[in-house]
Amino acid sequence: MTDTRSSAPAAGTAPDLPNAADAPTATDAVLPSLASNPARGLAPRTRSALLFGGLAVALVVGVVVSAGAGQLPVPPHEVWNSLLRGLGLSDAPEALPNTDSALWNIRFPRIAMALLIGAALAMAGTVMQAIFANPLAEPGVVGVSSGAALGAAAAIVLGWTAFGDWVTAVAAFVAGLGATLVVYLASRAGGRTEVVTLVLTGIAINAFAGGALAFLTFMGDTGSREEIVFWQLGSLNGARWPGVAVMLPLVVVAGVAALLLGRTLDLFSLGERGARHLGVRVETVRIVSIVVVAVLVCSAVAFAGIIAFVGLIVPHLMRMVIGPAHRPLLVASALGGALLLILADLAARTMVPMADLPIGMLTSIIGGPFFFWLLRRTRRRSGGWG
Amino acid sequence: MSRARTVAPTPKTAPTDAPAPLALAATGLAVEIDGVRLLDAVDFSATPRRVHALIGPNGAGKSTLLAALAGDRPAAAGTVHLGDTPVASRSPKALARLRAVLTQEHAVSFPFPVREIVAMGRHPWAGSAAADDDDHEIDAAMAATEVGHLAARTVPSLSGGERARVALARVIAQRTPVLLLDEPTAALDLKHQEDVLRLARAHAAAGATVVVVLHDLNLAAAYADDLTLLRLGRVVATGAPGAVLTAERIEAVYGQAVDVVPHPRTGVPLVLPVR
Repeated sequence: MTDTRSSAPAAGTAPDLPNAADAPTATDAVLPSLASNPARGLAPRTRSALLFGGLAVALVVGVVVSAGAGQLPVPPHEVWNSLLRGLGLSDAPEALPNTDSALWNIRFPRIAMALLIGAALAMAGTVMQAIFANPLAEPGVVGVSSGAALGAAAAIVLGWTAFGDWVTAVAAFVAGLGATLVVYLASRAGGRTEVVTLVLTGIAINAFAGGALAFLTFMGDTGSREEIVFWQLGSLNGARWPGVAVMLPLVVVAGVAALLLGRTLDLFSLGERGARHLGVRVETVRIVSIVVVAVLVCSAVAFAGIIAFVGLIVPHLMRMVIGPAHRPLLVASALGGALLLILADLAARTMVPMADLPIGMLTSIIGGPFFFWLLRRTRRRSGGWG
Repeated sequence: MSRARTVAPTPKTAPTDAPAPLALAATGLAVEIDGVRLLDAVDFSATPRRVHALIGPNGAGKSTLLAALAGDRPAAAGTVHLGDTPVASRSPKALARLRAVLTQEHAVSFPFPVREIVAMGRHPWAGSAAADDDDHEIDAAMAATEVGHLAARTVPSLSGGERARVALARVIAQRTPVLLLDEPTAALDLKHQEDVLRLARAHAAAGATVVVVLHDLNLAAAYADDLTLLRLGRVVATGAPGAVLTAERIEAVYGQAVDVVPHPRTGVPLVLPVR
């Protein structure tokens, strides 16, 4: 992983214009699902059917378009054939030379990683918002992601990676779990989390992690510095099958755990006391949820660095369409997060010719203003900072 | 006012009609928060088929006592028994099938539709035979609290009083033999205040043990069978409204001179501040 990352600009798949122009196709496909929001008159069941159908179609289109875009343009039906060939379902010959190798060695693992990380971050945001009983909780905003990045950077600079590649991921996980616990303990009062406390706690943790990362950057040699920059900016460049193989079981296990908690998470909307009165073992659910969030976020950070705001934007949009019940919301968020990251990655690879933009930069550029808008709205609606 | 907790065997299965009666009692109860003793040497008992009101000035410890009775706050000394078992030794789920609590806080973090909030009250019964009655219980609770017309609205879009009634509907839908209500009338208009207490009476008549924190002494006198007057974390008096609500005692506890006169029609004591 390391070598591709250090030479980021050169390794980026260079785009060509026709494919860059394809990008809006995928974006258009998203719109019908979100457009069902204005159609508030629709029955809830129709609305979620439209949403899930729309997301599924958009995901398939997004994957095919994204796989076809790049230095070696591949038309959609060839992407499809290659996919079938790889799965042993077709023996049609390659229409273009090297198609299979470009797709299966570079683009498919990257796409698989984008799907997994998008789903992981969006589900982590949903679970976090549920246990904090606050729609503004997000792993990036409250500092979990930068905590995890700090752990990864420490492993790199202090040379722990000598023990194996997995050390970086474990360090990211441990530091991220620590950051989640700190946020949780520091920002709650009386079983609820006020917006202002949450945001200020996030500022404190991000500031600390930022300072410590700067120190490590200063200490490290050139190679470590480039790696640290990678963690901070976030990129899917360098995604390979072994990483996907580690990520997949983590996301599946944590995602299933989140779904099993779904109904209980609904009850947290009544505050912790209200949940307890309805028979919820609040402390247990809290701990399990924090571990679920840490597993999802930290595995994402371990393979792609900090990609902020996915966990904020996606659950919020999904909630607007299908309401706040957590079981369907988690599924919709996983699909929506996967879609968002596929599109963001496509943009990162194709927007600027001959360059692979950091994807974390893109999500922050969109997510920052979105967060601000949400903050203003929440403040206005609850008549204060509650 | 007997402290006999002889009454009810713990209902092991779902009550489909009236829940099996269950008494609630505290003995020598003390509660401390951050080293400050908020309740001390409190003896309290509430029995099935009766409404027991907790009254007292601000900071007297009414909500703290209710929280201790609900099993939210651990006892620093003494015990709280629900039936013949201490609340502290029951699991959260078992407790949730025995007592429902209306807190003063009715906020909901996410825009759930009203009916889904009321349905949350059925959560303790998930997986039991009683879950078959979910729809019926939800509808009945919403009808009793007059929130049926709000079913599809989301909670953040409601007025304070409507939210309070939705919270009450959720508590009613829980169908427990013990109801603990913390200032259920606080945000309500005249008619809905009376409605809520009539509802509390109806539940008591059906066998429930009802404990309710009230600020309005006249509501307490009119609707409660028993009153417990608290001041600074201690019980000042407990008993029938007529015995507890004397002009001297109210003046001593609240620091406000009052006249206590019998209601011209019902004879229930009326507390009138001297103005």
